[in-house]
Amino acid sequence: MLTLSNLRKTFAPGTVNEKVALDGVNLHLNPGDFVTILGSNGAGKSTLFGAIAGSFLPDQGSVVLDGADITKLPDYKRSKYIGRLFQDPLKGTAPNMTIEENLALAYLRASGQHSPFSMISARDRREFRDRLAQLELGLEDRMDHPVGLLSGGQRQALTLLMATLVTPKLLLLDEHTAALDPATAEKVLKLTQSIVEENHITCMMITHNIPSALNLGNRTLMMKDGKIVLELSGPERAQTTPEDLLRAFHQQGMSSDRVLFSAE
Amino acid sequence: MFSTTVLFSALELGCIYALVAMALFLSFRVLNIADMTTDGAFTLGCAVSATATVAGHPILGLVLAMMAGACAGSVTAMLQTKLKIPSILAGIITNTGLYTVNLAVMGFSSNVNMLKVQTLFTMVRPSLGLLYRLIPAFCITALAGVGLTLFLKTRLGLSIRATGDNPDMVRASSINTAFTVTVGLCLSNSFTALSGGILAQYQKTADINLGTGMVIIGLASLIIGETLMPKGKLWMKVLGALLGSILYRFIIAIALRMDLPSECLKLISAIIVALAIGLPAVKDTRKKGAA
Repeated sequence: MLTLSNLRKTFAPGTVNEKVALDGVNLHLNPGDFVTILGSNGAGKSTLFGAIAGSFLPDQGSVVLDGADITKLPDYKRSKYIGRLFQDPLKGTAPNMTIEENLALAYLRASGQHSPFSMISARDRREFRDRLAQLELGLEDRMDHPVGLLSGGQRQALTLLMATLVTPKLLLLDEHTAALDPATAEKVLKLTQSIVEENHITCMMITHNIPSALNLGNRTLMMKDGKIVLELSGPERAQTTPEDLLRAFHQQGMSSDRVLFSAE
Repeated sequence: MFSTTVLFSALELGCIYALVAMALFLSFRVLNIADMTTDGAFTLGCAVSATATVAGHPILGLVLAMMAGACAGSVTAMLQTKLKIPSILAGIITNTGLYTVNLAVMGFSSNVNMLKVQTLFTMVRPSLGLLYRLIPAFCITALAGVGLTLFLKTRLGLSIRATGDNPDMVRASSINTAFTVTVGLCLSNSFTALSGGILAQYQKTADINLGTGMVIIGLASLIIGETLMPKGKLWMKVLGALLGSILYRFIIAIALRMDLPSECLKLISAIIVALAIGLPAVKDTRKKGAA
């Protein structure tokens, strides 16, 4: 589904701030893979997502999605196939537009079969209601409310729904629950899991939470200094405990309070 | 207090200038860009419409005015999106250049009169009688308002709104902001130029200085309209632009009746806009002072 070959990116090359963010990353995802990614700050996790989503061009290497080389495709063209969620819940929705308008925007642009002048139909609206009801947040009765009135958790759940309304080829989750309170984070994670499983979405998720890195999905990666330093899948992953993973994390010479606390 | 003539002319001008308020609703409120092209685009509309009217094509003149306005908007958009010039400066650059263009359109004369030729209004006069100016002005504006409201609900319209509302979101979604900004500015400046084109035929004269200060007049109307209408639905905001524009014309009519010299009007408009846009900040400071 997704193949990254020898992906390299250096920021500010030749200056004192030179930073090798991606140092030859190779990765292959099969359809339906759900990969969780761990790593301390500056390990290159978000840069990896940026390279896949097209926020910048890599210095070297290629990104192939579903058989098509998208290495040089501008970001707005890729995002038709790639859904992306950020840590900041405010980044994914337009606050002065209503819930319905936000969904309409996501739906009309991603489905790819609508002219620029198409509008949503009554049938689309019913579909939105049904999908919103599945979030169990009561948003289906507030479709004409501006999104700016929703809480962070509600906005993030809505963003998740928008990113998956038309099933994307790849879903990138960049610590999308990190800014939420624990109970809400739990709920959004559950939603993520059910939406991803139900639609068989190929998904990559960055997290600092060791238990969810192991419990969610079918593969776990650990990154350090722009490289993938550990990869777990299959029976090996099933036998790994959070303590094992934390030990591996420290063996790599990495430390992070957030990772540490999550393993308790 | 008002004679029928004053009442009618306030309504008529309100309808005509409402197109500028709608244009600014699109650029200033929806796209979040203070578009300084407005003054020049308004005069461009006047000039194109007047020249075409003198040549015997008043209705074609309005269409051409809109197209010319869209071109002006696309120049500003290009300066902004391709050459990365800050949006306000981009508008001022286009506006400055338009002065020469506008003079050229009017055959390098600073005014054109249409006293002896057929205009849109003289064409419909035999059938509409007393309302021969109000009805066409209102119909065009109403049509534009309905069209704008519907357009903003389409896929392209929603993309334009998201561009102004949350640039972060738009960067992560499949919206080409250079394209949405360009479409938005073309559309808003075509509205502005249409307004100028109708006004020129309405007063049977076009003048190189007609557009001066138009951006402030439009903003004043838009903001008056916003305070009148409840917040919420899109169509209410567009209707607010029309009502605000009409009310603004009544305020001007009152000012003129109080024997205020007409030279004062621009200062009054400037004060209205400064107060209206600055009011939230003043309220904030007072709240902080109280706390």
